[in-house]
Amino acid sequence: MAVAGRRKHSSKLPVLFVAPALLLLALFTFAPAIYAFYLSLMKSHVSGGLLGTSTEQVFAGASNYANTFSDPQFWSSLERMLLVAVIGIPVTVFLATLFALCLDANGARLTTVSRLALFLPYAVPGVIASLLWGFLYLPATSPIGGGVIDYFGNRTIFFTVANVAVWGVIGFNTVVLYTALRALPPDICRAAEVDGASELQIALRIKLPQIAPAISMISLFSLINALQLFNEPTALKPLTNAITSTWVPLMRVYSDSFVNNDIYGGAASAFTLLVMTVAVTVAGGAAATRLTRRQSS
Amino acid sequence: MTSTVVVQGQPTSTRVPPPARAARRPVNWRVTIILIIGGLYCVLPALWILIAATKTNAQLFSTPPYVPSSLKSFGSNMSGIFSWNGHIFFRWWLNSLIYAAGGGILSTIIAGMAGYALGKYEFPGSRVIFRIIVAAVLLPQILLAVPQYLLLAKFGMTNSYESVILPQLVSPFAIYLCKIYAEAGVPDEIMEAVRIDGGSEYRIFWSVGSRLMLPALVTVLLLQFIAIWNNFLLPFVMLNNSSLYPLTLGLYGMIQPTGGQPNEYSLVIAGVFLAIVPLAILFLSLQRFWRIDLLSGGIKS
Repeated sequence: MAVAGRRKHSSKLPVLFVAPALLLLALFTFAPAIYAFYLSLMKSHVSGGLLGTSTEQVFAGASNYANTFSDPQFWSSLERMLLVAVIGIPVTVFLATLFALCLDANGARLTTVSRLALFLPYAVPGVIASLLWGFLYLPATSPIGGGVIDYFGNRTIFFTVANVAVWGVIGFNTVVLYTALRALPPDICRAAEVDGASELQIALRIKLPQIAPAISMISLFSLINALQLFNEPTALKPLTNAITSTWVPLMRVYSDSFVNNDIYGGAASAFTLLVMTVAVTVAGGAAATRLTRRQSS
Repeated sequence: MTSTVVVQGQPTSTRVPPPARAARRPVNWRVTIILIIGGLYCVLPALWILIAATKTNAQLFSTPPYVPSSLKSFGSNMSGIFSWNGHIFFRWWLNSLIYAAGGGILSTIIAGMAGYALGKYEFPGSRVIFRIIVAAVLLPQILLAVPQYLLLAKFGMTNSYESVILPQLVSPFAIYLCKIYAEAGVPDEIMEAVRIDGGSEYRIFWSVGSRLMLPALVTVLLLQFIAIWNNFLLPFVMLNNSSLYPLTLGLYGMIQPTGGQPNEYSLVIAGVFLAIVPLAILFLSLQRFWRIDLLSGGIKS
């Protein structure tokens, strides 16, 4: 939009309107991030002897980070998280694209019903979805062969967790892509149709490249979400021994801080994860932008 | 429904409205079957929970899983979950609503105001502020839950309604969406016209800005409502008083094995059913008001 249209005003309105958001952002986003970084550089020091002990907070340098990085448990929790992501993200992106193209295809029927059906899981919180799927997986109650297939096995557990996550996000991503498809100019598709292109050719050669930016956006969002995996494994944990209390990094942050009462170690893990997520987002965002540019040029 | 959504106008670009699909084409069975399978995948688990809710704890383990048992057991499960632990389930439901509706409405107002100011005015620092907000989008709120707890604990503010609502009041992404929408959706000419008529900047906002931004505000409200309703980690770290729990936390607590007692699975299933149904109905019926194209359009600008 033309910046020239935005005039400078002596009114205090814009400042007053931005102030609450900025204040809350400072208090509840930036301050906690900074505080976590501060805590990650500290440790508790027990002092005193005969006359009773007292604990105080002393500077620890990078020792909490050294502990985090040298802990094989940290790396294996990262590995498990990535494994779920590697299974879940391609499936989510593929199915969302497939369903969106099908919804948009000529001659598709039951589109309203199936769009509503696909969207339903979005209204189900991740924890509730995990409990729901937990009963579907649990041998005693399973209607999907939980007695025969071990859904909580050492390998299957990754698919089990990924499935719950995919189920929760697929409809929303489908609707995002479908809306992008509906916004495309119809002329090209019609021209291709007149030229005798099949429905499949139109979908793959014409529609798909045009919604590539939206696809890369949902891929990036899925990746960011995957790095924050917590709800699904936490809610499935009471049902199985296959999920430990440090199964994924965020569960480790929680158990460090609240179960082991090591807030300094927890802060170091949390801050590490924060930096990694920001790095992935920035790198992913740059890649998506480059892809979009290549598409449009 | 979708045609109305798109025809209402793209905020970020001008596009031709989609063609009226006047001529019904022959059924494309392949895509229709794919859609049916996808729909079933999403709906069947929720339907199964309805079947499971018709079973007593014993029937749950002894009867075939896809055959409903009896209406009587369904009724007793429902009354069981409602009366469980001094009617606390109803309290959880209400708490979820307080968090989601209260936090959702307040955060939408805050995001709408900030987005409007950043989208329609230039003032000292406005560019820097927008950069800060874009940077904040990168910091995932979930990862901040534990640090937020540690910080609030310093001030003795944990274990309260505020401790769950306050950290969720500002959503950088919502501000970003509102800014983009205000820029394109609130024309300068109309604002200028009100100004010439002697209207104050506040009147411009109330009579023009807030109304024209309504579609964006409704979308942001629904997104925020769902995000807070679904949030688990924040209440999980902040609360230890079960009468403050939202539904997610309450039901999670119910599934924890307690001292050798067999889990009351039938009650948890009834609770899961009651947690899903009202919200599913609410959101499926509100779907026409969503402007999800704001999300897919957001990256094009």
